[in-house]
Amino acid sequence: MSREITYRQALNEALFEEMHRDEDVFLMGEEVAEYDGAYKVSKGLLDEFGSDRVIDTPIAEAGFSGIGIGAAMMETRPVIEMMTFNFAILALDQILNNAAKLRSMSGGQLSCPIVIRGPGGAGGALGATHSQSLEAQYAHVPGLKVMMPSTPADAKGMLKTAIRDPDPVIFIESEVMYNFTGEAPDADEEYTIPVGSADIKREGSDCTVVTWSRVYHDAVDACETLEEEYDIDVDLVDLRSIRPFDKETIAESVKKTNRVVVVEEGWPHASVGSSISSWISRELFDFLDAPVGRVHQRDVPMPYAFNLEAESLPQAEDVVEAVKEATYYSF
Amino acid sequence: MSDNESENETLMALKAELGDQALEELGEEKVVSMYKDMVRIRRFEDQAGRAYQQKKVKGFCHLYTGQEACAVGAINALRDDDNVIAAYREHGHALARGLDPDRVMAELFGKAAGVTNGKGGSMHLFNVDKNFYGGWAIVGGHLPVAAGMAFATEYRDLDEVTMCFFGEGSIHQGVFHEAANMAEVYDLPVVFVIEDNRYAMGTELSRVSAVTDLKKKAKAYDMKAFGADGQDMFDVWSTSKDAVDYARNESRPALIHLDTYRYKGHSMTDPATYRDKDEVADEQRRDPIQRMSNWLVDQEIMADDDLSEIDEAAKEMASDAVDFADQADFPDLDSLTDDVYVDWPWEIR
Ligand SMILES: Cc1ncc(C[n+]2csc(CCOP(=O)(O)OP(=O)(O)O)c2C)c(N)n1
Repeated sequence: MSREITYRQALNEALFEEMHRDEDVFLMGEEVAEYDGAYKVSKGLLDEFGSDRVIDTPIAEAGFSGIGIGAAMMETRPVIEMMTFNFAILALDQILNNAAKLRSMSGGQLSCPIVIRGPGGAGGALGATHSQSLEAQYAHVPGLKVMMPSTPADAKGMLKTAIRDPDPVIFIESEVMYNFTGEAPDADEEYTIPVGSADIKREGSDCTVVTWSRVYHDAVDACETLEEEYDIDVDLVDLRSIRPFDKETIAESVKKTNRVVVVEEGWPHASVGSSISSWISRELFDFLDAPVGRVHQRDVPMPYAFNLEAESLPQAEDVVEAVKEATYYSF
Repeated sequence: MSDNESENETLMALKAELGDQALEELGEEKVVSMYKDMVRIRRFEDQAGRAYQQKKVKGFCHLYTGQEACAVGAINALRDDDNVIAAYREHGHALARGLDPDRVMAELFGKAAGVTNGKGGSMHLFNVDKNFYGGWAIVGGHLPVAAGMAFATEYRDLDEVTMCFFGEGSIHQGVFHEAANMAEVYDLPVVFVIEDNRYAMGTELSRVSAVTDLKKKAKAYDMKAFGADGQDMFDVWSTSKDAVDYARNESRPALIHLDTYRYKGHSMTDPATYRDKDEVADEQRRDPIQRMSNWLVDQEIMADDDLSEIDEAAKEMASDAVDFADQADFPDLDSLTDDVYVDWPWEIR
């Protein structure tokens, strides 16, 4: 670990490296080529690889994701950029009915090695249609893998893995995190991070916090407050992949702390957090000293007003409170 | 265009015969009020852009500057009981439809006094009292909804027309084609208005469209298509009137293609480096407001002083709107759970 890069640059490097490694990898989406990507993740790729491999599309999410799926079926390696995952809703039929089912439905004759990537979650005053954490839509579906890195180092290693994976991977980034910086291995140091591996980003023995993507950073802030003000040490599990998710790492941590809080950005009902909480409650019941805590967005469409948006989203203080409750601190 | 030529010399003229038609059918007062609406929209957007830079407006904010004649010309071809629905670049349509600029600005500021109580923001303006049905931010998402609105008025035997605005980039979405087909099949009085400002974000139409004459798209559905210079208020108005009359009288859908241009970036965060300054300058030769100003003076309806007065009044309207929005309160935190449902059995957590 010897340099700092942004989350955006990490993704950009992963794309560069994978496109150099494998000629079958191409990138397609709205504004990915001449505009360098709506969030500049694909900066420089058009110059490097040309317009045969870095392809601007019309605004037609169902269409170009379907093209990606068809091309993947023929053994190329498409990376399809969704300008944001709010717009991937238009492509859900292609992703759920086609990409996810191809291998199984064809009796194993066909693969769909596609990556569908782009930012998800709240972006900052973007309102109801543009601020949604929709990972549950994909985490629900057998046949898909879902990855959501929270740091630059993870973003790079995980995107490389996603591109090499033989199955469809939904890779959800975050508008807010693109500018976040973090330590990462040197540019020439080749590494990948396996699908389904969580990472304990902070060790503690009092309570486990399981989280992923942007709210991981709120959880980090919460851990600091908990340590400084309440002397509570959190074992912080960054899930990284949410389908499959790393049951072993969660189990090991919960067996150590006997308390757990699951922190997610999105809505509470039928969510990834609810699914993970349910798994913990069933499989680790004997090790729990408190009910599984949960932190999530309020169960409402995202309001535009800045104060309401903040009220709606989970905050570091909510994590602090949930951990205090799980550790019976208040009593 | 050389630098020493004055704006007026290079400015393109409006279609004069349509100006005569407008004077005859609408009267001078109405024509002047339409002109004022365009100026008000431009000054409103100046203030919205400024407020965005001051971080009073946040998120995505898409300015309408340059396209004023489209909303003003087309909406003035409607009756008050007709219905309007637009995409996310809709401040102009909202003002042209008569929404209170104070409350529109307050919405941009995320204040409780905004048209949707601070819930919607710039991209989701609604004011049903004015038959203004949004403010839709998923590209193409409102096109079938517009057809559905026309379905409802038709279903109830009302003779209202629904007018639906969207950018040329939206035409590639499947829903455009689905909506166009069904509008024709079910005889729905909906007018689809393409505001073709050449760019969808940074993508110039011909780079991603097999067909660039978008009126042809209507042919596939046997839909009647109209076209106008979107920078000529009279042309937009007169063409829209024909389309609206047709939709109302025949109870059929229609498509209008407006050739327009946006002066600013796609949104406040887009530096618009995909086009050069010459192109923008060239487009400004058909500036919809300047052309109308000249016409009004030529027709001796207005003197230069009158025009300045109108501009001053528009500036005042816009800065008053900012003052109003500045002073308004943010919504109560309790309002977070309002209006999700009429009735909901769980505590909303
Ligand atoms: C389904 C969907 N995909 C992508 C976007 C992001 N986006 C917002 S506006 C826009 C360009 C739309 O261009 P156009 O329809 O021509 O309208 P204009 O902005 O020029 O008024 C894009 C790609 C979106 N809002 N919805």
